[in-house]
Amino acid sequence: MLGDGILKGMAETARNFFGSYVSKERLTTVEYPEHRIPTVENARVFPFLVYDGSDWEAGMRCVACQICEKECPPKCIYIEKSAGKKPDYVGKPQFYPARFDIDISVCMSCQICVEVCPFEAIKMDTQFELATDDRFGGLLEDRQKLARSNEYYHSIHPTEAAEVDARLAEEKAKVEAKAKAAAEAAAAKAASANAAASTNPAPPAAPPAKTEGGS
Amino acid sequence: MSTNPFFANLDQIFILLRNWLVGFLPAALQPAAGVLLGVIAIVCVFPGLFALTTVFERKGLGRIQNRIGPNRVGPYGLFQPIADGIKSLTKEDIVPLSANAAVHFLAPLALVVTVFMGFAVLPMGRNMVLVDMDSGLLFFFAMGAATELSVFMAGWSSRNKYSLLGAMRAVAQMISYEVVLLLSSVAVVMITGSLSLPKIVAAQDQYTGIFPHWYIFTPWGLAGFFMYAIAATAETNRSPFDLPEGESELVAGYHTEYSGFKFALFFLGEYLAMFSISGLGTTLFLGGWSAPLSFLQFIPSWIWFFGKVMMSIFVFIWVRGTLPRLRQDQLMNFAWKFVLPYTLLNLLVTALWRFMGEGWQRWVICTVILAAAYIVMGRLGMRGEHFGRRSYRYAE
Repeated sequence: MLGDGILKGMAETARNFFGSYVSKERLTTVEYPEHRIPTVENARVFPFLVYDGSDWEAGMRCVACQICEKECPPKCIYIEKSAGKKPDYVGKPQFYPARFDIDISVCMSCQICVEVCPFEAIKMDTQFELATDDRFGGLLEDRQKLARSNEYYHSIHPTEAAEVDARLAEEKAKVEAKAKAAAEAAAAKAASANAAASTNPAPPAAPPAKTEGGS
Repeated sequence: MSTNPFFANLDQIFILLRNWLVGFLPAALQPAAGVLLGVIAIVCVFPGLFALTTVFERKGLGRIQNRIGPNRVGPYGLFQPIADGIKSLTKEDIVPLSANAAVHFLAPLALVVTVFMGFAVLPMGRNMVLVDMDSGLLFFFAMGAATELSVFMAGWSSRNKYSLLGAMRAVAQMISYEVVLLLSSVAVVMITGSLSLPKIVAAQDQYTGIFPHWYIFTPWGLAGFFMYAIAATAETNRSPFDLPEGESELVAGYHTEYSGFKFALFFLGEYLAMFSISGLGTTLFLGGWSAPLSFLQFIPSWIWFFGKVMMSIFVFIWVRGTLPRLRQDQLMNFAWKFVLPYTLLNLLVTALWRFMGEGWQRWVICTVILAAAYIVMGRLGMRGEHFGRRSYRYAE
């Protein structure tokens, strides 16, 4: 009959109207500043720089290779290479960024910088409350503002951070094993050289100590 | 009418207040001062109701869509209209360079003034009518028709294609439904024999047992009320008949080029039109200020009037939260092919009712005619309409 669809619709909206006062499932709104739902693990907003240890400047993983600067589609990253070098996580001397700026008003959160970084130095943050009343300086983050500890990285992306740590530990172990092999080879060479002179060779060094996972 | 003097005085409290205030003036000024007080009351009360309605509408629509609605300004968001008012007052008032500045300025004023005029003849309680005009209904419709002029002034003077399209739609729609609005009210006039709104209410303020003689409780009154409600929704440009300001296709229709307080005046005019047309519907079909059951008569008459008006506003909001907007051709077809013929038939049925005299026969005959006509016209109108999954020609 003419009009029964309207009645059906009116009944539905009336059910919603009264139901939203009694049923929690209907009213799904979370009143944001007072109540908030935890961010999901894969959330990503803007990049940050990871550092190991407690000193952000000494522990910064970034080696200023500038790959992310070149790959960044909106060109929001600006890097200046340092003059000197500092040791990285395996102890190898590396350049570090004397300046590392990200203009987050330009950044489009594409995560390409994270994907191209060979040093696991840049990762995506989940912090989204970045509003500021200064639209030039306030949205241009320098390396100190961007630096976050590895513990923070673990707290926002636990799965991803554990994988990264495992990979870094493996690499460090490989480097150390290689160094040890080289040392052993050198020692063996020296020993064989010594053996010619003496009949009492030195015993081989203790097995290489496994680095504990992470920093 | 209550026998208890307390309730009798409460019923007439505004009249007594007015007479007391006017009593301080010399006799020569008293009639003018009395009218002035009434005007001030109307100009204060209805915009206040408008302010409350905006926030309740937003909250109601929110609940209908399972949202919370505004709740930030003040307790439960009740001060939201104050924030809105400050905002609209402080916004820049932009007049397009090529607009006709004078007409552009006058349009919102003309709308609000004509809408306010309609309240002059509405009886808002026992003895609470500003002007007891013999042809009050006619005056009301004359003022209601003048709103079309201001809508067209706004659309035409803006020199904007969306404004003009919105205004054209508004005029086409309002004139089409104005006919229905008038004809559905004529049925009441035929029965009452008077165009005076207080007389129409007095005719309904009688009781059989505990039940009132409201016109909505008769077959022709029920049909007339529904036709009136449809026409009133279209007349006030409310959803589902809000084509003149269809956001999705016309930006905002005739008030596209209005900002700041002029926009607020259009908004005010639209809601005041809702109040006045609900007030008239209440007066014509829902017994005006009379109580719904005879033993509830001790409650002051103005509470009943405003309660009924607010109930109508709630239904307006409910309908807005339910129905999607019509298309222009659907709107016109509905007006001219269904609502208007049915209203004309209702006039005939009303005449039949009037001349069949008392008795149960007229109830049966009038109900059968109206119900059969509804079913037949509905079937005929929906013939050839296919409801179901929508098919697309190119998109699949």
